[in-house]
Amino acid sequence: MRLRTLPLALVLLVTAACGGEADAPGAPAGAAEAATDPSGGAGLTGTLTVFAAASLTDVFEDLGERLEGENPGLAVQFNFAGSSALATQITQGAPADVFASANQSQMTVVTDAGLESADPEVFTENVLEIAVPPDNPGEVTGLADFAREELALAVCAPAVPCGAAAEDVFGIAGVTPLPDTLEEDVRAALTKVELGEVDAALVYASDVASAGDAVEGIGFPEAEEAVNEYPVCVLTEAPNPEAAEAFVELVLSDEGQQALEDAGFRAPSA
Amino acid sequence: MTAPPPDSRRARAGGRRRTGAGVPAPLLVPAVLGVAFLVLPLLGLLVRTPWSSVGEQLAAPGVGQALRLSLLCATLATLLSLFLGVPLAWVLARSSVRWRGVLRALVTVPLVLPPVVGGVALFLVLGRKGLIGSWLDEAFGITIPFTTTAVVIAETFVAMPFLVISVEGALRAADTRFEDVAATLGAGRWTTFRRVTLPLVAPGVGAGAVLCWARALGEFGATITFAGNYPGTTQTMPLAVYLALQNEPEAAIVLSLVLLAVSLATLLLLRDRWLGRSGTTL
Repeated sequence: MRLRTLPLALVLLVTAACGGEADAPGAPAGAAEAATDPSGGAGLTGTLTVFAAASLTDVFEDLGERLEGENPGLAVQFNFAGSSALATQITQGAPADVFASANQSQMTVVTDAGLESADPEVFTENVLEIAVPPDNPGEVTGLADFAREELALAVCAPAVPCGAAAEDVFGIAGVTPLPDTLEEDVRAALTKVELGEVDAALVYASDVASAGDAVEGIGFPEAEEAVNEYPVCVLTEAPNPEAAEAFVELVLSDEGQQALEDAGFRAPSA
Repeated sequence: MTAPPPDSRRARAGGRRRTGAGVPAPLLVPAVLGVAFLVLPLLGLLVRTPWSSVGEQLAAPGVGQALRLSLLCATLATLLSLFLGVPLAWVLARSSVRWRGVLRALVTVPLVLPPVVGGVALFLVLGRKGLIGSWLDEAFGITIPFTTTAVVIAETFVAMPFLVISVEGALRAADTRFEDVAATLGAGRWTTFRRVTLPLVAPGVGAGAVLCWARALGEFGATITFAGNYPGTTQTMPLAVYLALQNEPEAAIVLSLVLLAVSLATLLLLRDRWLGRSGTTL
């Protein structure tokens, strides 16, 4: 065992000990519970902890409730945040079952640490869109408007995925943006549009969809050059691997894909 | 309240050292645990600090800028809090305003409100579409969000209650007979406040200002919501630390240490210069 996984192993040992389970050495803590249920897929129990990119908030909460509905003994917990914050938490030993990232690079942080139990799978895609308040007070029509000094504009910080994607599309469009704020995550950028405090923000199509009538979305051709692929995987240290597999299956199923599409995402192209 | 002469001060310090061994166990054990609880996370930061690259991290563009902005905004927020908070504390402690209990509860709202919610609340009042903000925008063309002014306002909103509560406590503990005597000698209420009450509670005001400054310096949630995050105008150290944490955890640790070192140095310096003689306040 490598030294860096030692604290995690200790956490797991303590968890197992507290649960009073006589697990075989190395068996995941949740395995014993799941194995006692003969009905297979249904009847999952315990707590499932899903770490997911902030942009997945609405659709994953919906899918989580569906899984809970099918498995009365199961409680699904979410930790929604920027993918990079989540990747840091996971590599620091946060007890997560599933990681759904808003881009490949943060998933790589987790796979480089050897924490994925199977190869991550791309389950959906998201493209950038310009979000404006309903009456479009700044008369924004495209990316070029982000260079207008008189507008209040929000773009994600380059350190977070939506900011990295924004840098790409601005580079392709040859626009030097003049944002008033570099937001710490995409939801914070969206909130400022919803409050009418900025004239435009660069967010994902899914964020525009989730805001309903509170914002208008404006598509732009350069968005196709910075498509964000969302990978998901079950983690090796998952306290509840059975439920984790079930959740990933649900996300990849027709039902899950439909929910994602309704939320403004689109099916993976590959 | 008056400063004891140097001799008695030294004697008192010596006496304190002797009685140190006599701390009763029921107090000593939790106290030691308390110190460990507060200091161990700091130790964790120190252990993880990439000392070899500290110089490089500190020289990174934006660090000095964020630090200067943090110190400036926290200081302005403290001054604004003193200007508004000391009179407010006096009203809470001395006046017979009706609904004083309700008023006191309202003052503590920013303490319990999650700072991010505080930031949204500030938008709703001072934002472009806010109650007062929309009028400011239409009448004067002034917009507050995403400016350094917004940082100072957000920090003041979150930090001022610490000052108000400290000063109110000091006012309640102060002997009101001095004020009564001043009144019998013909001093008006304003003169009494200025010449008697304020000097009497000065240590409390100092301690409150220090708490307020420290809270303002570390403010994150209300600031990033209401003022946004832009290097040079609104990106304070806590915001820089948070964003560095996204992809350069080591830089985040170094930045945290800088913030910590600067704030500790300032507090220690202040303690010696101004607050030391009051002895018990810090």
